[in-house]
Amino acid sequence: MDDFFSFDLLTATLRFSAPLIFAAMGGLLCERAGVMNIALEGFMLVGAFAAAAGTYYAETPFAGLVAGMAAAMLAATIHAFWCVTLRGDQIVAGTAINLLGVGIPAFLLQRIWGTPGGSPQVERLPGIGAGLNVLVPVALVLVPIVHYVVYQTRAGLRIQAAGEHPRAAASVGIDVVRYRYACVIASGALAGLGGAYLSIGDLSQYTNNMAAGRGFIAIAAVIFGNWTPFGTLGATLLFGAAQATRVQVQALGLNVAPDLIGALPYLLTLIVITGLVRRSDPPAGLGKHATAE
Amino acid sequence: MAHPQQPGADAPPVIEMLGIVKRFPGVVANDGIDLVVLRGEIHALLGENGAGKSTLMNVLFGLYRPDEGVIRVDGKPAAFAGPRQAVGAGLGMVHQHFMLIPRFSVTENVILGAEGNSTLHLDRDAAEQTVGALAEEYGLRVDPRAKLADLPVGMQQRVEILRALYQGSRTLILDEPTALLTPQEVDELYAVLHRLREGGGTIIFITHKLREVAAISDRVTVIRRGKTVGTRITKETTAPELAELMVGREVILRVERPPASPGEPVLVAENLVVTGSRGEPALRGLDLTLRRGEILGICGVEGNGQTELVETLAGLRRPDSGRVRLKDQDVTGQDPIALRRAGLSYIPEDRHNRGLVLDFPLTENVLLGNTEAAAFSRGWRILRGALDAITRRLMRVFDVRAPSPQTHARALSGGNQQKLIIARELHREPDALLAAQPTRGVDVGAIEFVHRQLVRERDQGRGVLLISFDLDEILDLSDRILVLFGGRIVGEFVSGRVSRTELGLRMGGRGEEERGGVAVAD
Ligand SMILES: Nc1ncnc2c1ncn2[C@@H]1O[C@H](COP(=O)(O)OP(=O)(O)O)[C@@H](O)[C@H]1O
Ligand SMILES: [Mg+2]
Repeated sequence: MDDFFSFDLLTATLRFSAPLIFAAMGGLLCERAGVMNIALEGFMLVGAFAAAAGTYYAETPFAGLVAGMAAAMLAATIHAFWCVTLRGDQIVAGTAINLLGVGIPAFLLQRIWGTPGGSPQVERLPGIGAGLNVLVPVALVLVPIVHYVVYQTRAGLRIQAAGEHPRAAASVGIDVVRYRYACVIASGALAGLGGAYLSIGDLSQYTNNMAAGRGFIAIAAVIFGNWTPFGTLGATLLFGAAQATRVQVQALGLNVAPDLIGALPYLLTLIVITGLVRRSDPPAGLGKHATAE
Repeated sequence: MAHPQQPGADAPPVIEMLGIVKRFPGVVANDGIDLVVLRGEIHALLGENGAGKSTLMNVLFGLYRPDEGVIRVDGKPAAFAGPRQAVGAGLGMVHQHFMLIPRFSVTENVILGAEGNSTLHLDRDAAEQTVGALAEEYGLRVDPRAKLADLPVGMQQRVEILRALYQGSRTLILDEPTALLTPQEVDELYAVLHRLREGGGTIIFITHKLREVAAISDRVTVIRRGKTVGTRITKETTAPELAELMVGREVILRVERPPASPGEPVLVAENLVVTGSRGEPALRGLDLTLRRGEILGICGVEGNGQTELVETLAGLRRPDSGRVRLKDQDVTGQDPIALRRAGLSYIPEDRHNRGLVLDFPLTENVLLGNTEAAAFSRGWRILRGALDAITRRLMRVFDVRAPSPQTHARALSGGNQQKLIIARELHREPDALLAAQPTRGVDVGAIEFVHRQLVRERDQGRGVLLISFDLDEILDLSDRILVLFGGRIVGEFVSGRVSRTELGLRMGGRGEEERGGVAVAD
């Protein structure tokens, strides 16, 4: 039992949290601008696949990183086009992106390498010791940056306005559509980084459906964190710790059902959204359009 | 009040809108409107609900593109592509529904969209100083650091005015600015507007209330059904003339209301304590007694517990404590069906969400809440023939103008929708009638009709509880008036023996200290 709460548990928590932080910060930006984003899972999958493929072809993981972000930004542009320009249903759009995020990589795996389950092994991003790769500190630095952008910049004020009351924002001449596009695409870039983290940071290949629900956990973290960057960070660390504990429990062969621990984040999120713990305070204009027409 | 200075006839026009036409699918909202506003005047734009006032201003602001017509600002042709350009030309708008963000501070709301220097960083301290200085300059008392959601409505409106001034507007447009204010806040607003005019500003004041035209404006333009029907110098016109211009026929400004002869209590609330939807205390020990044969008016500023009171009495919300009695029955916490069975009818404040199913035909809407009535059904079967016949009769008696009983409720005008609800509720011959904002957003003709119906019900020995934010409606109709403030009744008055000022003070939560407790005026 001595080695249960250990340095290993801490590093494992960071390892599991980092991809969640990327995706959740993306989701937060997108939702603060007023666009619902359940497509994070899809963005992550596309990003993970493109990162592996980019690394395979360019033979350097940094090119893979760029490819992963670019591919997820493309998927995000589609999401923005559907949700913002066409004013389509944001849940339907997100679901479609998520399905494509599973389907397209699976299809391409087969076409490119003829392997149904996963890509060939590719080079990984450099590590910084303790089993962590270079993206972990990036994720941690990202949080104060997002905080600064949202609360301390002109653009942040306008993003919040677009998300709180798009018609009011438009009435003072803010181009709500532009800010929303920017935020949705930024969420693609960040979730894409989270995906790349999985395929070329943690592992060294793309395997089918490797995001395994992390995109949805990231959404839960945004809700849990009440749409604030540091609150969301706290939630991702909590969820990461649950995941780490689960692995630890399995490794130590303790007599606790690991699935129960794995389910803990979801359970906590459900409790939080009942409003019993504290008021959930989403952006007031989430899912609303700038003009009535 | 400041002495209205008449702008000389030589004052140049600031805004000229000539022959403006704006069509929406199926509606011509503006059908050739002329409006000329001179520099330095307060110009009232008077018209009924739906006359096209807001549409005209949206056209001016570039939110809508006019189908026909010419607009000139400061003598120069202007066709703004959006509000930003309108603001650039010196126009400012105080919207009917405030365009403010509750979560933001006053300063953030004011500077949004024009945050000053182009650096990335948002300098809140500097902005707060600028906004504070501006507020000082125009005598608009408001704390630049306060969170908007924490401010009363009158204060929020000042933030909108402040924003327009911050954006550099010299012509201010206020769209029905008094709708949510107490009489005292209205006076403060008038004072602010007079100050702005003295500083050389021009003001367009949109309203459908004659009283306000007389109180604030130098000139008035009246529009009816999308057309300008006249422009007058306020001092040289009269209320009846304006009313006739506005409605298109002679109007009875007050309903005939013979003295009431109240009978036994029919609806009694005792010490009601109710929690609002956001968990806040909404009613804090409210008592009221409604008698047969009287109209009991409840006045107050929106958000003082009116909605919760109506919902509790209608059975849509459970009180935390206290009792509700209908006739001799204790009906506390019973559901709406039980209350309807016991003899209650209810005209809800929100006719689209509560009063009607918009995509149902009129027949089905008449049936709502009446499915148990013998006239409409036999066992589990609805008598379509009878339903159709009753609907036709109600449409005739209550003057609901629609092509047929099969027309969908959505296709009716606001006034006709309201008349349909009233027809349904009165057909039941209730003992007590809850009328929540029964004339909100309906045209003058329908208002007159609704008011006559309420008085008729009273004269037939029913108790009518009238909840309204329109003080004139309360004063015109009620036999007794209760003032609701902060979830309590803070004043009871006999109609005809109380001034607007007195009611206004009570509505703002003042006046209680001097008199000590609940006062009965006479
Ligand atoms: N965006 C819109 N689409 C369709 N009809 C509209 C729209 N805006 C206003 N209308 C209609 O135009 C008419 C005038 O409305 P409005 O200008 O809001 O009147 P007012 O401000 O004088 O009460 C009404 O019949 C209204 O239903
Ligand atoms: Mg209007």
